Amino acid sequence: MRWQIPLLIVLIGGVFMAVQYFVPLEFSERIYEYCVDWVIIVGVFAMGLGLWSLFRVSVGKIQTKAQGWGYNFITLGGLFGMILLGLFSGIEEGKQFMNLFWYIYTPIQSSMFALLAFYVASAAYRAFRARTLVSTILLLTAVVIMLRLIPLGPVSGLNQTVASWILTVPNMAAKRAIAMGIGLGGIATALKVVLGIERSYMGKE
Amino acid sequence: MSLNVVKFPVFPHLKKIIFPPRWLILFFLFLILNPVSSYAQEDLSSSWFNYHRVNMLVFLIFFFAVIVIFIERAKVGKSLFIRRIAGLDAIEEAVGRATEMGKPVLYISGIEDVDNIQTVASMIILGNVAKMVAGYETPLYVPVCMPFVVPIAEERVKEGYAAAGKPEAYNRDNVRYISSEQFAYAAGVNGIMMREKPAANLMFGSFYAESLLMAETGLATGAIQVAGTANIHQLPFFIVACDYTIIGEELFATSAYLSKEPKLLGSLKGSDLAKAIIMIILAVGALLDTLGITHFASWFYIE
Repeated sequence: MRWQIPLLIVLIGGVFMAVQYFVPLEFSERIYEYCVDWVIIVGVFAMGLGLWSLFRVSVGKIQTKAQGWGYNFITLGGLFGMILLGLFSGIEEGKQFMNLFWYIYTPIQSSMFALLAFYVASAAYRAFRARTLVSTILLLTAVVIMLRLIPLGPVSGLNQTVASWILTVPNMAAKRAIAMGIGLGGIATALKVVLGIERSYMGKE
Repeated sequence: MSLNVVKFPVFPHLKKIIFPPRWLILFFLFLILNPVSSYAQEDLSSSWFNYHRVNMLVFLIFFFAVIVIFIERAKVGKSLFIRRIAGLDAIEEAVGRATEMGKPVLYISGIEDVDNIQTVASMIILGNVAKMVAGYETPLYVPVCMPFVVPIAEERVKEGYAAAGKPEAYNRDNVRYISSEQFAYAAGVNGIMMREKPAANLMFGSFYAESLLMAETGLATGAIQVAGTANIHQLPFFIVACDYTIIGEELFATSAYLSKEPKLLGSLKGSDLAKAIIMIILAVGALLDTLGITHFASWFYIE
């Protein structure tokens, strides 16, 4: 019974989700939304598990004075500080909670995102080195695609045409081929899970 | 002379292509004649079935049937050939290297929740990786982005260690929640990479802008990196920064490939056949459209 009941829930849930896609009635939509609401409710409980995991690991590192344990103070301080501020001072605009969000959290997040520009540059440098015929073709293609955004005078029109062809023909063909494979792979995995063929996610049987 | 008597000793597969089975011919006739298109004009407000999606239903049933047939074939012991996927073979190589260097293995399962099929596939791979890692007695770190994934990842790793006969080696603290925020998670993972210096970084799941942040940091630490995602827009970043990249659908083939379980291999062969049929449909559709016969292509239109 420990295995049959979860498998039955997965089967019923999976079959229902597939069937409701083909039923245009309002009640079908409502049941779908009800199920999605349940995912959110269960997700809130899962958040507790996540926070407990974070707390346990951070406290453990502080206790054992593991490498970089000082950062765990900041983690726990941020976690509980934001919870307490949210609970006691409110989460409206202008309150401390939102000030910390806008003036500390958002700039940190933006800085992380901005780092991407440097990583893209270093990755592009490695990718576009013309060492072989294939990498030379890649380099030339990249040059054509990047230059399409810059006015090049008389050759602008030609460059636009070539870049547009690269994007809409070979590039699109490759992307769609991968997308179709992904779609079918996803359906196959979902079918395996729904039918109970793939049940390793449930732990040891 | 019957077509079936024609012998193709050298190219047995060519015979299948030139003389397809009758069910495949009937299937294509069905698509060309399009007998259900008239239903699509119906008013849907009171209907129990959305006829605009009948084409999807037909394909879903067909796909389902193909997978079930191949699973049954696999169950009766028919040998199924699966091509070699270098990226998946590299997982063991990466784990072996980490063991030799006495350093941990880092497994990243993406930033999506378990309602994403890529995360489900990633959790399945994690079990196989945990079993492999436990066999080598190498530490395995699994930083998790979504709280929902934490108990599943814990269970998969625990089960992997148990399957390898080393349940006592499982450390619950090595599966840890970092943050549900994309860049906070990326910062946390990068911190682990810089502090712990894992010798192998395995990234399987759904990734977005953080993919390059993590892969480049991993590259800087000198780790061997194997990544796989079905998010097409992130594939170039992984290809550039990782040693091996599992491209798109290969991510979903991983569990069958690693476990070699007949039932899973059967489903993999089934989806391969479906892909082959889609390729034929595309070729036929392009040809018919070029000839001005648009009826066939219109059948695949989805509202």
